[in-house]
Amino acid sequence: MTVEDLKELAEQEQERQRQFTHRIFYCSAAGCASCGSSGVRNALLKALKERGIEKEVSAVGTGCMGLCGEGPLVRIAPDGTMYQHVDEAVAQKIVDRHILNGEKVSENLVDTSSPFFSSQFKIVLENCGSIDSENINEYIAAEGYASLAKVVTEMAPGEVIDEIRKSGLRGRGGAGYPTGLKWGIVRKAASEQKYVVCNADEGDPGAFMDRSVLEGDPHRVLEGMAIAGYSVGANQGYIYVRAEYPLAIERLRLAIKHAEKQGLLGNRIFESGFNFRIDLRIGAGAFVCGEETALIRSIEGKRGRPRPRPPYPAERGLWGSPTLINNVETFANIAPIIRRGSAWFAGIGTPKSAGTKVFALAGKIRNTGLIEVPMGIPLRRIIFDIGGGTPEGTEFKAAQTGGPSGGCIPTEHLDLPVDYESLTTVGSFMGSGGLIVMDSTSKMVEVAKYFMDFCVDESCGKCIPCRVGTVQLYNLLDKISRGEGTVDDLALLQELGTMVKETSLCGLGQGAPNPIFSTLRFFRQEYESLLRPVEGFVASPNAQKTTTNA
Amino acid sequence: MTMPPIPQQQAHPSGDNRFKLLDRTITKHQSRGDALIEVLHAAQGIFGYLENDLLLYVAHALKLPLSRVYGVATFYHFFALKPKGKHTFVLCMGTACYVKGATGIQQAVEHHCHIKFGETTPDDQVSLVSARCVGSCGLAPVAVVDNNVAAKLTPESAVARIEEWQKTKEEVPA
Repeated sequence: MTVEDLKELAEQEQERQRQFTHRIFYCSAAGCASCGSSGVRNALLKALKERGIEKEVSAVGTGCMGLCGEGPLVRIAPDGTMYQHVDEAVAQKIVDRHILNGEKVSENLVDTSSPFFSSQFKIVLENCGSIDSENINEYIAAEGYASLAKVVTEMAPGEVIDEIRKSGLRGRGGAGYPTGLKWGIVRKAASEQKYVVCNADEGDPGAFMDRSVLEGDPHRVLEGMAIAGYSVGANQGYIYVRAEYPLAIERLRLAIKHAEKQGLLGNRIFESGFNFRIDLRIGAGAFVCGEETALIRSIEGKRGRPRPRPPYPAERGLWGSPTLINNVETFANIAPIIRRGSAWFAGIGTPKSAGTKVFALAGKIRNTGLIEVPMGIPLRRIIFDIGGGTPEGTEFKAAQTGGPSGGCIPTEHLDLPVDYESLTTVGSFMGSGGLIVMDSTSKMVEVAKYFMDFCVDESCGKCIPCRVGTVQLYNLLDKISRGEGTVDDLALLQELGTMVKETSLCGLGQGAPNPIFSTLRFFRQEYESLLRPVEGFVASPNAQKTTTNA
Repeated sequence: MTMPPIPQQQAHPSGDNRFKLLDRTITKHQSRGDALIEVLHAAQGIFGYLENDLLLYVAHALKLPLSRVYGVATFYHFFALKPKGKHTFVLCMGTACYVKGATGIQQAVEHHCHIKFGETTPDDQVSLVSARCVGSCGLAPVAVVDNNVAAKLTPESAVARIEEWQKTKEEVPA
């Protein structure tokens, strides 16, 4: 394939799409699929055929449309009308009333002018919900692979890295390491063989951003990886994806096959000297494999145990070769940056955290689903404008970000701008983007215990602070939650937590005490109310003052 | 006597044809040791679970020490070393499901089946499995019921799902 071929293919596909008077997009991602979107598909196809309009109107299965809690979702182009809770009967109504008579099916209408839609800013998810994720031509028609073409035919690897550096893009896996800097290090590493790895081991409970991108727009990730391969000098890429995501795996396999067939992956890409292959590696349910050195071990077919860094994977990674590891969302940002320029991207978000972030909103919130917002947006706007607040009759208590390594953010910090640095100041963590809202029914000691139970189970057992420390922390929390803890146990919790944080080998252990620290900081009274009263000792300092005065 | 055409690997002495399927995956990865996890995925897909003989077979085929194969198979949660029941009920214990009451469902289901999560009923009908997060947080609380995601569960609807299995079992004459 040449650049001209790509352009021609894009034009052909755009022409094909223009032939249709309407295009009906139904969400076929995992969320809607589990509430019956395949039945919707069949009903739509049947209705179109029965009315004899299958040539003028097409039904297209797409990725996530965002409002997962109200699925299955259907959107009509060109007018952009969106329907929720669509079942087979509604699908028929949509064909009969909306398509044939131009009148909207008011019962199932989604208000697309609501803040849930208007406050979002989509870069990573720009194609999610508007292209057929299983059809490479639709991605190409949406300017897909144009960035790869530009990079391979017009830019030197150093220029690409400069562009990424100037954009200010930072790793979306959570730690926020500057992406351009990482690419530069791998490029400089002297080695014949280098690798590019995409971390799609989205293990944080409550997070489904990467899954949605892989299901809805897999080619975007492949394109980002190929651009990375060209820039750092790698000819082989691996995507390490969780076994828990069968649909994402299936779509990735298909996407790789189609890209290879079109010559967009493989040898002599765009008739240049650049070769790049991508293979899938399926995880097997170990949370620690999200840590980069453990992930490398797992790709090598070994137990996923981390090792001390340095050397960083950028110097010595997969099979000892320099390896670039980025998260799905990071790779998904690459093609738009090349296409629209680093200045455009740097202008979005805040000076230190450029661009957007995808969040998975879940828990006690009205609009559960997938959102993308500019960095720096206040948490309050995410939860109350976009998320619609907590369901009626319940009161917001805390928002949890960063999964088992993150923290709970209470009401008083709701005006915090969401970026890498601000979240750290309140003891939380950007993490990969899971955002779970809790109301008064969630007991914070139980929440801390829940996360510690997770870490106990997922600790790989290599280093002692994590292996033993998490168990001891869990036991302390259990003791407190049973009402048998004392004030000494609270102090011990703090002390032991600090030790585990400071001495563990990898991010799992280092982050494990964070839920305890943040709940102790903001909800200490919940711990104290569970303590066993000790004779002659009063927990609260104020109360103590009054007793001494008396 | 003529040799059979291209016998790359000898047929398994048990005569179990499923080993041929497994051999195909092993050949695809050129018997490389680093394909161990891929091969174990295939083995579990074909046989349902990984019994000791199967691990021995894989170790031999990939020329790896058995300790390495066993180590990997036990390290990863996804691999099962014991057979599962006819039906599996995988309850998501992710944060979103937890916040929305997965613990209540867990207790109701355990009480109904008289077993704990991680166990299989004595009649090999139902296995209860807990998952870290199945990524359908928008529909919490969820369970994966025989590979289908069941959304927005309540303790009652979860138990009803399991009762359905038990009913169909009774209808089938033994």
